[in-house]
Amino acid sequence: MGTVAVRGLRKSFGKVQALDGVTLDVPDGSFFVVLGPSGAGKTTTLRAIAGLDKLDAGSVHLDGRDATGDAPAARDLAMVFQNYALYPRHTAYENIASPLRARRCSASEIAAAVERISSLLHIERLLQRRPAQLSGGEMQRVALARALVRHPRAFLMDEPLTNLDLKLRVEMRTELTRIHRSLGATFVYVTNDQVEALSMADQVAVLKEGKVQQIGTPAEVYERPANQWVAGFVGSPPISLLACHAEGDRLVGAEGWTLPRPRWTTAEDGRPLLLGVRAEDLSVERRGDASLPGELYGLEPLGDRTVVDVRVGTEILKVKARTTVTGTPGERLLVTVDLDRAHLFDAGTGLTLSEAGR
Amino acid sequence: MAVSVDEAVSTRPARDRGSPARRFGGRGRSALEVTLLTVLAAVMLFPVLWMIETSIKENRDVYAIPAKFFDFKVTMDHYKDVFVASGSGRSTLSAAFLNSVVVAGASTALATVLGVPAAWAYSRFAMKAKKDQLFFILSTRFMPPVVVVIPIFLMYRQVGLIDSKLGLILIYAAFNVPFTIWMMKGFVDEVPAEYEDAAMLDGYTRLQAFWRYTLPLLLPGIAATAVFALIFSWNEFVFAIFLTSSDSVRTAPPAIAGLIGGTTVDWGLVAAASVVFALPVLVFAYLVRKHLVAGVTLGAVRR
Ligand SMILES: Nc1ncnc2c1ncn2[C@@H]1O[C@H](COP(=O)(O)OP(=O)(O)O)[C@@H](O)[C@H]1O
Ligand SMILES: [Mg+2]
Repeated sequence: MGTVAVRGLRKSFGKVQALDGVTLDVPDGSFFVVLGPSGAGKTTTLRAIAGLDKLDAGSVHLDGRDATGDAPAARDLAMVFQNYALYPRHTAYENIASPLRARRCSASEIAAAVERISSLLHIERLLQRRPAQLSGGEMQRVALARALVRHPRAFLMDEPLTNLDLKLRVEMRTELTRIHRSLGATFVYVTNDQVEALSMADQVAVLKEGKVQQIGTPAEVYERPANQWVAGFVGSPPISLLACHAEGDRLVGAEGWTLPRPRWTTAEDGRPLLLGVRAEDLSVERRGDASLPGELYGLEPLGDRTVVDVRVGTEILKVKARTTVTGTPGERLLVTVDLDRAHLFDAGTGLTLSEAGR
Repeated sequence: MAVSVDEAVSTRPARDRGSPARRFGGRGRSALEVTLLTVLAAVMLFPVLWMIETSIKENRDVYAIPAKFFDFKVTMDHYKDVFVASGSGRSTLSAAFLNSVVVAGASTALATVLGVPAAWAYSRFAMKAKKDQLFFILSTRFMPPVVVVIPIFLMYRQVGLIDSKLGLILIYAAFNVPFTIWMMKGFVDEVPAEYEDAAMLDGYTRLQAFWRYTLPLLLPGIAATAVFALIFSWNEFVFAIFLTSSDSVRTAPPAIAGLIGGTTVDWGLVAAASVVFALPVLVFAYLVRKHLVAGVTLGAVRR
């Protein structure tokens, strides 16, 4: 068993409200990602689950039992810290053995467990080194090993891959997913990298300024963002947002363009809206009845595809295109919009209006 | 006490201090600098040299006029007198040195045992009015000893601590605890709290986490702090002379001062006693000098 639930977490540091009513339910055995920009309160959330900080309000439940007041040691959790927090005067071996020593395991049990986990993470030859003699990626593996060496109720991981270079990061993503599957354990994984979240998670909770913006599967968060902010944060290149309002059966842009009004929108005429379209739902090649006039602003070749920047009025749209696309800046062109996959947000509240009619 | 946190920290820029000479003088120091330093060293060290000379001169040479710098007969009699009484058995001075060792050692140990955990708590935990509390703790050091010694004398007389080693140990510890808290808080601040967090998740209690993973990292700082506390207690004079009277309790500073006065002064004995008194401080500071520097530059340690 390994369910983790938090209810209405609140925590402030002086004037900063780090957590403002965070409620999460992490099912047993899931890879649960908390995604948010720096300063969103991700670390504070993990520390609350671990019992490292006193909360202003809220409760933490482990396996359905209220563990709010429990000492960290009593919670049976393992954590990988953002800066690894490896004990500087101890060898990698001693670092990894520490959780077992704390539980008074015998020397032979410890040796066996450390050996097992070090071969899983390919760090056997690092065991006699101290943290100062390890590279960032090696420290990160040792920190992971210290967590994975036992079988706690759940694993808490605070941006464990952020400090790695890109190649290693991509490798470790796969590695971690594989470890998660083979252990079948509960992972609460914190990151500011939306690619990590989308590629690794069973469920994603998007956090901003101490408030949960949306909880769902990666597909749900990507396809049906709960608000304009989530839409902008998740996805690369970022979603394009255009100010507009509904007028009869048309959507009228602030820049003067018009599009057919999507069937599913229920917004009343004249209400200020934001139309959000992802780069893959825009095209400069396809033709359709919903298109916007613009001019070429720039090309960003990415190898497998090219992102075309198109200026519509004062706004820039990011359009995914094949690498064969060419053009000169200033050239006039039409951008076709896949309205069935577009999003509408209330310009005032930022909340999505797309879900009601779909 | 003369040593402040700032002084303790001031060894850090020592490397920079020598550099202007290297920059302007090309190789080595300029002649002017050497001359000035020599004069300064001579002026500063002359009393020390004179003290050492006097301690090994025969009494006849001590009083000789004109003074003898080199052509005197060397004797160790004064040092013998420091430790051995004129008849036989131990001298009162040697008892005073022993008292100093006990009082300085015990008060430093007490201040360290009390001050280090307090510094850790002030560094790690959020508490109300923390800055005010720390300022209040330090403010107990603002008062010069002469000002507080009278009320303390009266209090000590009431509770029977007057003329006792325990009384001196307590008052020195009381003076050293604020210093220890302030100095050690700086060292604790330098040790990331995450080590303890990680240890608690490993399954240790907070105190075990401190003991296993933070305390070993603090040892250089503790050594540096303890040396300062030790030197304060060893050198302290005002409380010692007011609060003690019998030879069996008196520490070395008032005992040595007591040698001066009366009709004749045995300068050889005074000098020898002073050398013996100064030696432990020098030796101890020398032995822990690496720790002093390490402690003082802990912030530069790679994390
Ligand atoms: N110990 C602390 N003291 C003061 N402010 C803090 C502390 N820890 C976190 N904060 C503040 O709380 C907010 C959330 O922090 P954190 O949980 O570390 O964010 P994240 O991990 O998502 O980057 C930030 O604004 C941060 O500055
Ligand atoms: Mg963080």
